[in-house]
Amino acid sequence: MPSNTFYNEILTDHNLHPAHKHDLPDANLVLEGVNPSCGDDIWLKLKVENDQIVDGAFVGDGCAISQASADMMLDLIIGKSKDEALKLADIFLRMIKGTVSDEELDTLEEASVLKDIAHMPARVKCAVLGWHTMEELLG
Amino acid sequence: MEKTGTYNIEEIRADFPLLKANPELAYLDNSATSQRPECVLRAVTEFYEKRNANPLRGLYDLAQDATEAYEAARETVRDFLNAKSTEEIVFTRNATEALNLIAYSYGGMVLQPGDEILVSIMEHHSNLLPWQQAARRTGAVLKYVECDKNGRLTEEMFRAALTEHTKIAAVTQVSNVLGWKNDISAFARACHERGIALVADGAQSVPHMPVDVQALDVDFLAFSGHKMLAPMGIGVLYGKKEHLEAMPPFLTGGEMIDSVSRYDAVYAELPHKFEAGTVNAGGAVGLAAAIDYMQRLGFDFIEERESALTRLAMEELQKLPFVHILGSDQATEHHGILSFTIDGVHPHDVAAILDAEHIAVRAGHHCAQPLHQHLGVMSSTRASIAFYNTEEEVRRLAACLAGIRRKMGYAE
Repeated sequence: MPSNTFYNEILTDHNLHPAHKHDLPDANLVLEGVNPSCGDDIWLKLKVENDQIVDGAFVGDGCAISQASADMMLDLIIGKSKDEALKLADIFLRMIKGTVSDEELDTLEEASVLKDIAHMPARVKCAVLGWHTMEELLG
Repeated sequence: MEKTGTYNIEEIRADFPLLKANPELAYLDNSATSQRPECVLRAVTEFYEKRNANPLRGLYDLAQDATEAYEAARETVRDFLNAKSTEEIVFTRNATEALNLIAYSYGGMVLQPGDEILVSIMEHHSNLLPWQQAARRTGAVLKYVECDKNGRLTEEMFRAALTEHTKIAAVTQVSNVLGWKNDISAFARACHERGIALVADGAQSVPHMPVDVQALDVDFLAFSGHKMLAPMGIGVLYGKKEHLEAMPPFLTGGEMIDSVSRYDAVYAELPHKFEAGTVNAGGAVGLAAAIDYMQRLGFDFIEERESALTRLAMEELQKLPFVHILGSDQATEHHGILSFTIDGVHPHDVAAILDAEHIAVRAGHHCAQPLHQHLGVMSSTRASIAFYNTEEEVRRLAACLAGIRRKMGYAE
C-alpha cells in the first residue's frame, strides 16, 4: 500500500506559504508548464544575467506537490548558474527514477523530500512539472 | 453486524474476492468500475473451461454450445432491459463503443448539413466526442443544453433546447459527476413529438436502478458491463429494431455477413450485423451472471441500500464547511455519486491522502471537462457508492476528510 509520507511539514509549508509564488515583472525568461490531465499549470519566470539566475518566481494553480516542488526548486536555483541549475534538474529527475547517490541527494536539500513520489507514478508528473519547465527554459 | 432488509452485508461482501482479500480497503470508486463477485468470475472461467469454441460459426457440438451460451446471455440482457426482442440487443466492448456505433452509423445515416445534435452539458466524454465527430463528418451542428447551478436539468429546460433542426438528442440517464437523474422517459416523449431520436447513456443508471427500455421509450441505450459486476470488455447497445435495421454496419469483417463477393456483401440479420469479428462470449456470459446476481439481490434492496449510504455520506460531508458538493444539496438527487471540492486542497492531494487511509476515490474531471467548466471548477474528488459498501466505510471517508485541511497545514 502506498504511503503519504510526502505530505510532510516541509511540503505543506511550501504549498501554503510559498516564498517564490508571485509575479516577477523584470523576468527575461518566462515559460508555461502544464499537466493537461490533472490541471497543474504554472508560469515559471526567471531573471538571468550573464548565465546567472539572479531571481525567479512562479505563478499558477495545481496540487500541493506541483506547487511545493516548484517553490523548493526556486529556493535551490536562485543564485546559481544556468549550468548548476540544469545539473540539479538532472539530479532531481534521476532521484524520481531512483538512480541517484546519497551525495547527489544532499545537493537537492528540501526538494529531496519528494524522493518517495516514485512510488506513486500518477503523481510523478506533478513533482517534475517545475523542473521540466526550467530545463526547457534554460536548455 | 450491519443488517439491511433480509441481507447480511458481510455475507454479500464475502461474495467479492477482492473485498475479502482487502478488508481494510474502502472501495468508493464504483462509478469508475465495480468489483466482481465470485459467481461472475466463475461463470467466465467455466465458459472457457467447458464451452469454449468460436460462437456462431462452428458446425460441431462444442461450437453450438458456445453459441447457446452467448445467445442465452443476450436473452438475459433482453429480459433485464425488457427489450421486445434479442434482435435489439447488440454486444459491444463497453458503453463507449456502443455510443460510437450509434453516432457513426445512425448519425451518419440521418444527419444532414445544418441539422442539430443536442447533448447535455453533463455528458461523459463518451457521449460527447462521438457526436463532435459525427457533427464534423456530416456538417450537423452540436448544441448543448445546460443544467442549472444545482446540477438539475428539467424536462422544461430540455424541451426548450429542442428546435426544428434537432435530429438526435443524446443525454445521460444519470450524470457520472452530479449523480443527477434525467427524466429520460419525459425527454423521449418530447423528442418523439418532434420526430427526434433519443440516445440515452445508461452507464451510471443500469447498474443501480431498474431500466425498462420500453417504458422509457428510448431509441437507443448504452451501458458497460464492468460498472455492474461483469468483466471489463463487454457492453451493450440497445436499439429499437426499426433503427438498427435501417442503419449501416459500424465495424465490418468476419461473422457479420450472410455472403461476400469481390465487391459487395450481404450483411447478417440483427443483431449480428453489428458484431463484427469473434465476439466476447466469455464477457457476455459474465454479464449474464452479473445480471442474475443483481436480480437475486433485487433492485429494491440495491436502491434502498445505496440511497441510505448516499444519505449518510451527504449528511456527514455537509457537516464539513470546507467541503462543497457539486450539484444538488438533496441526497435523493445523487444516486450514489458525490463529487466535491475542498477549500484549499487540490483533488489529487485529497485522493492521495485518502489512499493512504485505504480509501479509493476518483479525482480529476471524471471525463466530463465541459461540465466542470460549466460549474466553474477545474476538477473534483468523487466518491461513488455500490450496495456492498458499508456505513463504516462512509464514516471513514468523512472522518478522513474532516482532518484533511489540518493535514495539509491549515489551522483548521
